[in-house]
Amino acid sequence: MEVTAHDILLIGGGGAGLRAAIAIAEADPRLNLAVVSKVYPMRSHTVSAEGGAAAVIAANDTIDEHAYDTISGSDWLADQDAVEIFVNNVTHEMLRLEHWGCPWSREPDGRIAVRPFGGMKKERTWFAADKTGFHMLHSLFQTSLKYGEIKRYDETFATRLLVDDGVVGGVVAIELATGKIRAIMAKAVILCTGGCGRVFPFTTNANICTGDGMALAFRAGAPLKDMEMVQYHPTGLPQTGILITEATRGEGGWLVNKDGYRYLQDYDLGKPTPTPVFRSMELGPRDRLSQAFVKEMEKGRTLKGPYGDYVHLDLRHLGEKKIDEKLPMVRELCRNYANIDPVHQMIPVRPVVHYMMGGISTDSSGATPLKGLYAAGEAACVSMNGANRLGSNSLGELLVFGARAGTSAAQYASGARRPSDRLLAQAADEERRIEREYLNRNSGRERIAKLREEMQHAMESACGIYRTRQTLEEGAAKLAELKQRFGGITLDDHSRTFNTQLMAALELSGMLEVAESMVHAALWREESRGAHQRTDFPKRDDQKFLAHSIAHRNAEGPPRIESLPVTITRWPPGERVYGR
Amino acid sequence: MADKITLEVARYSPEQDGEPRFDRYEVPLIENWMVLDALNYIKDQLDGTVTFRWSCRMGICGSCGMVVNGHERLTCETLLADYLPGPIRVEPLRHFPVMRDLVVDLSDFMEKLERVKPWIIRQPGAPEPSREFIQTPEQLAEYKQYSLCINCVLCYSACPVYGLDPHFIGPAASALSLRYNLDSRDQGAEQRLDVMAQHDGVWDCTVIGECSVVCPKHVDPSLAIQEYKISATKAWFKNLLMPGGGK
Repeated sequence: MEVTAHDILLIGGGGAGLRAAIAIAEADPRLNLAVVSKVYPMRSHTVSAEGGAAAVIAANDTIDEHAYDTISGSDWLADQDAVEIFVNNVTHEMLRLEHWGCPWSREPDGRIAVRPFGGMKKERTWFAADKTGFHMLHSLFQTSLKYGEIKRYDETFATRLLVDDGVVGGVVAIELATGKIRAIMAKAVILCTGGCGRVFPFTTNANICTGDGMALAFRAGAPLKDMEMVQYHPTGLPQTGILITEATRGEGGWLVNKDGYRYLQDYDLGKPTPTPVFRSMELGPRDRLSQAFVKEMEKGRTLKGPYGDYVHLDLRHLGEKKIDEKLPMVRELCRNYANIDPVHQMIPVRPVVHYMMGGISTDSSGATPLKGLYAAGEAACVSMNGANRLGSNSLGELLVFGARAGTSAAQYASGARRPSDRLLAQAADEERRIEREYLNRNSGRERIAKLREEMQHAMESACGIYRTRQTLEEGAAKLAELKQRFGGITLDDHSRTFNTQLMAALELSGMLEVAESMVHAALWREESRGAHQRTDFPKRDDQKFLAHSIAHRNAEGPPRIESLPVTITRWPPGERVYGR
Repeated sequence: MADKITLEVARYSPEQDGEPRFDRYEVPLIENWMVLDALNYIKDQLDGTVTFRWSCRMGICGSCGMVVNGHERLTCETLLADYLPGPIRVEPLRHFPVMRDLVVDLSDFMEKLERVKPWIIRQPGAPEPSREFIQTPEQLAEYKQYSLCINCVLCYSACPVYGLDPHFIGPAASALSLRYNLDSRDQGAEQRLDVMAQHDGVWDCTVIGECSVVCPKHVDPSLAIQEYKISATKAWFKNLLMPGGGK
């Protein structure tokens, strides 16, 4: 088995991973660091973010307002110390991106332009037309190339964290091109592997968003936090789940039901006005808008289509010039994937799984409870998003907490010992396991695609916009059954060369664990808060549940859920008020 | 409308002897389905060994470029119905070594990308603003189109010059290099010219323009290369007239 060694390993080469890598290279150029990514870094899912990234820069805006919007948006489940770190650092981080060449859209005088976004009281969302994530990712990747010390393992999939005596010392990973299984040792490992939208059937997330880092951490003994908190974005294209950015509403788009009525006014989100009003109507938070859709559907006022019920997003009044200038990708996506032109037609949309507020539990420096293990970005839960993330906060989050995780891992690695040689035996075990359970497997009848589809549908039924004990218990039983059946999988592909079916099997095995943590955390939280709506417990319960769920993996059976109090600094829990 | 369509998928595995071959698969023709949806149907339902890259399925990650009926395409934005009655022939991108089936080896492109120094270069000692660099919408428009490249490498597959001479720096890297030169924040044009004006730089391009035709994001790499030739020629004359470089 080939063994290589570094000081720090980044798993995942999206926005958070690349930002962390640059932070490490800047902190101490002598540190030997490497990025392990299952795709070339510029393919990472950060690339798909559209609308923008929030950071206070306008003269009439304040950092405290950004903090309040984020905390009330989170339904008071965010840790306020983390939110304060975020709002205090995000503008600096965004300016660094600007200095690194990100092509931000500008005001006529050449200053950064900002647009309104949902749940935000001021215009503070920076944007690069509606390809913000694409431009941020490419700027970060291209900037990372100037640091020759950042080594890359492209198209390499990590299968296991190596842990000795509670200290992380590297990973085992498969190089896709050759099927070679390597031990990659490191004093510190940072997981920046993104979200897990693919545990659901209908998601904006790319094929690669399979929660790999969450599964790696969970299996290594690091807990997952707030996994019940799944964000449905209110506007996805019905057939494909492709995201139609919230910026459409920031620029003035309307959501209307089958009668052409702006139905959000019936859900305590304010009164319709011709131009957008902050924190009101179409600029309400995503959880409330997705819930309003379900209520509207129950009233029979949505439209019926071959891919489920939908409503209309109307941009026609914005005009061709504004759409082409501010929302060119939306027009391109609608034309390519829905065969409509938003300049002349309304866009059919429905809520779609978009983002995981939960993730690997970290402190505000990105450290997990497992020594030497760090996490940042969507894979992590620091937590600044609580029960509902505001649109345009995640791109800033990956910069601020990517950089912090990088800096703290650099500091830790400078003083840490070389990983123990005992880990090599663990690595050899892992190699044998992959060969035995996957590559050399001859028996088995369960098809990967079938199991994945059953998992996705079970999750939609159990863990959708509204949940009850019954749906969740059915989901938990189904997941336990699927884990059992996973033991009997069959693989068509036994090749060592670019075996994507093997990768899909490894991803699915992790997704089943991640899904289980979501369902059990949702069972534990007997209240309704933000994106977690229990019809059997319709009220928020601050007495019992002003707390994070912490899921610990059990070797056998479902995970154990513990409770961790929320950190409150300056904003005591209150009512979430939108539109009034 | 027909309810099925046939795909002929190029197959190649280095572990098995023999030449590349085509396998035929019949897939359902569903409204709005793309070639990528058909490939995923094959992989999930018919043959798990068919190998290709994909991720975002919305035309922005750049993973799923292939040759469809002889033309370079992002398969996630190529409608099946446009090829009725079929069959549709799907092959790997040209001019790169094939690793397996529809997957090509991109290491040469990744090396070229890095070679053009695609990052903001500031002169030593140049002041870093405490806020943003001022960049007007007009200045942004100067380089914007070149910043839209998604690195899908369709342009390398379509470029006959790259096919003949793999040392040629090629369309996307040239466009990216010019993207930074034209950025008002950048001061690194001379350093990049050193790379671009080398014998394997832009001179090989014979202005066929296929790169710009196939680009799914409407970047114009061909124009970028011509602009580079002009800059390089100017620099050459400047050196000739003012040896030692008059500034």
